[in-house]
Amino acid sequence: MTWTDRLAPPPQPDPAAREAEKQRLIATWKNREGIARLTEVNNTTVGLWYTAASIFFFAFAGVLALMIRAQLAVPDNDLMTAHFYNQLFTLHGTAMMFLFAVPIFEAVAILLLPGILGTRELPFPRLSSFSFWCFITGGVFVCGSLFFNAAPAAGWFMYTPMSSDPRLTGIGTDIWLLGLSFIEVASLAASVELITGVLKCRAPGMRLNMLPLYGWYVLVVALMIVFAFPPLIAGDLLLELERAFDWAFFDPTRGGDPLLWQHLFWIFGHPEVYIVFLPSIALVATMLPAFARRPIVGHSWIVLSAVGVAFLSFGLWVHHMFTVGLPEISLAFFSAASEAVAIPTGIQIFCFIATIWMGRVVRGLPMLFVSGALAIFVFGGLTGVMVAVVPFDAQVHDSHFVVAHLHYTLIGGALFPLFAGLCYWYPLVTERMLSDRAGRWSFWLMFIGFNVTFLPMHWTGILGMPRRVWTYSADAGWSTLNMVSSVGSFAIGAGFLVLLVEMLRPRRAPAKAPRDPWKAPGLEWVGALPSEDYGLRSIPLVTTRYPLWEQPDLPREVEDAEWFLADAPEGRREMIVTDVLDGQPIYVQRVPAPSWLTVGAAVALGASFIVATWHLWMLAGVSMAAFIALLIAWLWTGTARPPEAASKDVGRGLRLPVYASGDGSCGWWAMFITMSGDLTAYLGLVFAFFFFWTLHDPFPPAGAGLPQAGWLALSAVLLAAAWGAVWGALRVNRAGGRIAAQWLLVAAVPASMLGVAAMAQALMIAGLDPTRHAWDATCWVLVLWIGVHVGIGALMVFYCVAGISFGKLTPRWDADLGNVTLYWHFLALSSAITLALLGLFPVLGIAT
Amino acid sequence: MIAGRRVHFGFPAAARRRCARIAAPLTLLALAACDTPTSMLAGAGRDAVLVERLFWIMLSAAALIWVLVNGIAFYAARTEANPERERVARLFVVWCGMIVPTVVLVALLVGGMLLLRDMRGPRPDFQVTIDGEQYWWRVGYDTPAGRVVTANEIRLPAGRTVGLALASTGVIHSFWAPALGGKMDLIPGRTNRMTLTPLEPGRWGGNCAEFCGTAHAQMRFEVEVMPAPDFDRWLAAEAASARVASDAGLAVFTSAGCGACHAVRGTGNAGTTGPDLTHLASRRTMAAGILPLDRDTLAAWIRDPAALKPGALMPAFPDLKDDAMQPLLDFLTGLK
Repeated sequence: MTWTDRLAPPPQPDPAAREAEKQRLIATWKNREGIARLTEVNNTTVGLWYTAASIFFFAFAGVLALMIRAQLAVPDNDLMTAHFYNQLFTLHGTAMMFLFAVPIFEAVAILLLPGILGTRELPFPRLSSFSFWCFITGGVFVCGSLFFNAAPAAGWFMYTPMSSDPRLTGIGTDIWLLGLSFIEVASLAASVELITGVLKCRAPGMRLNMLPLYGWYVLVVALMIVFAFPPLIAGDLLLELERAFDWAFFDPTRGGDPLLWQHLFWIFGHPEVYIVFLPSIALVATMLPAFARRPIVGHSWIVLSAVGVAFLSFGLWVHHMFTVGLPEISLAFFSAASEAVAIPTGIQIFCFIATIWMGRVVRGLPMLFVSGALAIFVFGGLTGVMVAVVPFDAQVHDSHFVVAHLHYTLIGGALFPLFAGLCYWYPLVTERMLSDRAGRWSFWLMFIGFNVTFLPMHWTGILGMPRRVWTYSADAGWSTLNMVSSVGSFAIGAGFLVLLVEMLRPRRAPAKAPRDPWKAPGLEWVGALPSEDYGLRSIPLVTTRYPLWEQPDLPREVEDAEWFLADAPEGRREMIVTDVLDGQPIYVQRVPAPSWLTVGAAVALGASFIVATWHLWMLAGVSMAAFIALLIAWLWTGTARPPEAASKDVGRGLRLPVYASGDGSCGWWAMFITMSGDLTAYLGLVFAFFFFWTLHDPFPPAGAGLPQAGWLALSAVLLAAAWGAVWGALRVNRAGGRIAAQWLLVAAVPASMLGVAAMAQALMIAGLDPTRHAWDATCWVLVLWIGVHVGIGALMVFYCVAGISFGKLTPRWDADLGNVTLYWHFLALSSAITLALLGLFPVLGIAT
Repeated sequence: MIAGRRVHFGFPAAARRRCARIAAPLTLLALAACDTPTSMLAGAGRDAVLVERLFWIMLSAAALIWVLVNGIAFYAARTEANPERERVARLFVVWCGMIVPTVVLVALLVGGMLLLRDMRGPRPDFQVTIDGEQYWWRVGYDTPAGRVVTANEIRLPAGRTVGLALASTGVIHSFWAPALGGKMDLIPGRTNRMTLTPLEPGRWGGNCAEFCGTAHAQMRFEVEVMPAPDFDRWLAAEAASARVASDAGLAVFTSAGCGACHAVRGTGNAGTTGPDLTHLASRRTMAAGILPLDRDTLAAWIRDPAALKPGALMPAFPDLKDDAMQPLLDFLTGLK
């Protein structure tokens, strides 16, 4: 007998009680009014803002593209200066990637995911809001620099040593490094939220095999972000350390190597392509059943293929580096991986075609965009296989052929499906349908304009035109082709404008959209119109993969409040947290209400990154302190508050605890995911260490200072003691020893700090100087990393000490301490790796 | 036997004919485009010819696959529902999505790597060193008598294999002469090696292919492929010291401090920051392949290099009076 069999029958209808329940729900979930609306955390509101902001940055980057095309329309053009053009293409790539392609995935996921999973919210609503405000702050900062002629101008790939030498590139590079690191924080925050959301916050009963494909893709892509962005953050850290403090990482005269940056950048940069592409495939996979009027063919194959693409995408970054002079064996390996990724991609596409074939296709605007996407993307995929072949890549690499190829994959693979999705979910958000006529105009303008722009561009590349050139001479023979491309690009712009106007134009008598206009099977369509801020009237039990088709009574049951959480008697925003595998409800999570703290925290963190651009370290420190204070206040008031009762009835006789700690809780999962990403960034630094080892023989180089073993041993003892103390505090507190737990926690702080000091002393005594050689710099950056993490760990420990003192953290309600202990496990792991590298690596004398 | 003879499937002339035949219907825009100096399809070098064949094979296959996939999708969208034929759908995915692509891709991978090995095969007959500067190319020929240094114009003998040693001191550049073969990056701290086997005499163009700063677009060069005996004569002449056509001009050159950056062998000016000017007047272009080399352009360049090439590092000499400029131009244009 499972938990579903024990559920009570639905309550007897009682209109008065129903209405009272509904009013309480409305009051609890109501969006804030006026200026306080900016503090709103509700996923629908934040998701909508996030989407709008991403599309705004898309339009901005699109205008940059049109300016680029205007400059290239005729040879020897003097419309703009070389420096301005270089800023344009750098910012175009940067904004499209970091301010549109990744954020739009997160925006759409924040907007749609809870609906698709049949819940009311994501697990950490304030984190969504924080992520959004970080994104806006960073995006405006990076894009705004263009208006001061100070935008980054070294390409969106920021190759060293051009970017690492402050004499070669100016403030723009710092803006790129710090502004984007900041935006990457926003992306990571949203990813943690989305992963936890898919794993833990589904409608009760939605087992993993019933998880809609959209959920799978979000899970895969968000995990990719968690593992792909950190290496770039590690690279950013190294690059900024070299720019600001002259540490030697990329300077070949001091043992550094420019290629280290390329590796770190493309370890991020290639998964990035699939991070952009897969979410759009997710949209297609979600829309397709509605239009084929049948379940998707090969559900499990699609899931496995998505996982396969994600896996392979981490193993083919070197295909961006085929011309840097690599040995044949590396070329063969990465060429094979690059070609292999076409297979799981192809499986997904053929599953879609098979679905269309088995079903009877209903036409609609979204399907028009999807078919356009297929035509474009398949071509881009085929040229992708072509450039994966090394000898051909040696010719077309960094030529306009590649520009054409990448736009075919990204616009066909990501943008057109996204526009299809915009048309498809537009009625869900606005309760209006888009005009079919405007949509068709928009599609054909963009489709034709796109092909006019980019099909000839392949040929421009074949004729030898390199990328990123602001001018070319008339006798190169590229003039006609470029003019055609430029004309086409403006048609794309016009098509987008038509769509934008159609979406935004005000209408006096809005034509109401029907409840489920596409007769779709997805849970996001279950709610009645007009929708309320709380989303679903009650949280349904889901027992099928296509609930609206296979559980036809569901909309009525949900609306009649027959299911869970139909009431909010305590006036708290609540959601059900479920088991990862079988979707069994575990506990009720109280999610925090809107607060200025999150907005303030985002702005303060942004300010610290922004002033650091001008090396105003003092101000940066103050902003960082303000951020930490706001963050602590946010967590203190919003998370893991001891509940007024241990459990509550959520409806149908189901009683659930209202608090969880340890690995059942969302917080623990979020910490685990965050720290996995953090560890990946640390491993990026370790990668640098081993990269230099392959470069230098011997490494450490002859005559280099070796960290002093005695101090390292002391450091190991102290850090181990601190780790043990935190772990012990968790156990002691659980056993009721609150005072002893506090003492253990307090003791961990000096122990860990002295441990880091001993580590630094080991380097100092040996005379390691980070500006002298890559060996010294790499050792120091590892120690710096541990030092910063010990500092953060100390803050967490004090937070727990205060929590125990003020009764927020008790032997029974100890989620905070559980999460902090998890943090320290990761810290212990990275400390151990650091000590082993510093102490044992030179002793073992491992030769290359 | 020269290395190029191993290319048995079509020499440049044939390649160009084939190119025109196939390309013209594909895209009218590309008419007569194959002969441009930077075209990958110009067939002026062994590697370019090999890659060109690969390109046409891959392009034909890609076009076929594109038509098939989109054709199937088009057909699929127009058929009635087939709910009972789930098994057929799965077979379809297995064959079209798994088996066929795997076979095609393995063949392509093996073919591509074999081709790469073939391209890396020829042993160089002689060595040329190329250093990427900001924003021009330093070219050095290793001869038994020592290194002969020039800039931005690379002359190569048809039919012989040249080994290129590519390096850079400042930022990353990439050497790319599409008509001859693929590209290779010039990376500070490393020396990359590649070979080229020019086949077709003529003047071929090249560009820096890795973004390297403000004037990246104007970091061009020319490769003049010439019959081997002509090349040997040219190299011998290039090794000789400068011919001074105007002593007054040389005096201006020296007193203005040009020699701090530029070398003119035999005159005591031996700077190495800028291009070697010993045989400047034997080049057709200046400022890294972007301007014709004549008196007026030279004068304009000396007065304000950044006006002609934004980002150029050479300082401007706006105050040079005409009575100094004219002899200087006499001197420079006399450096045959």
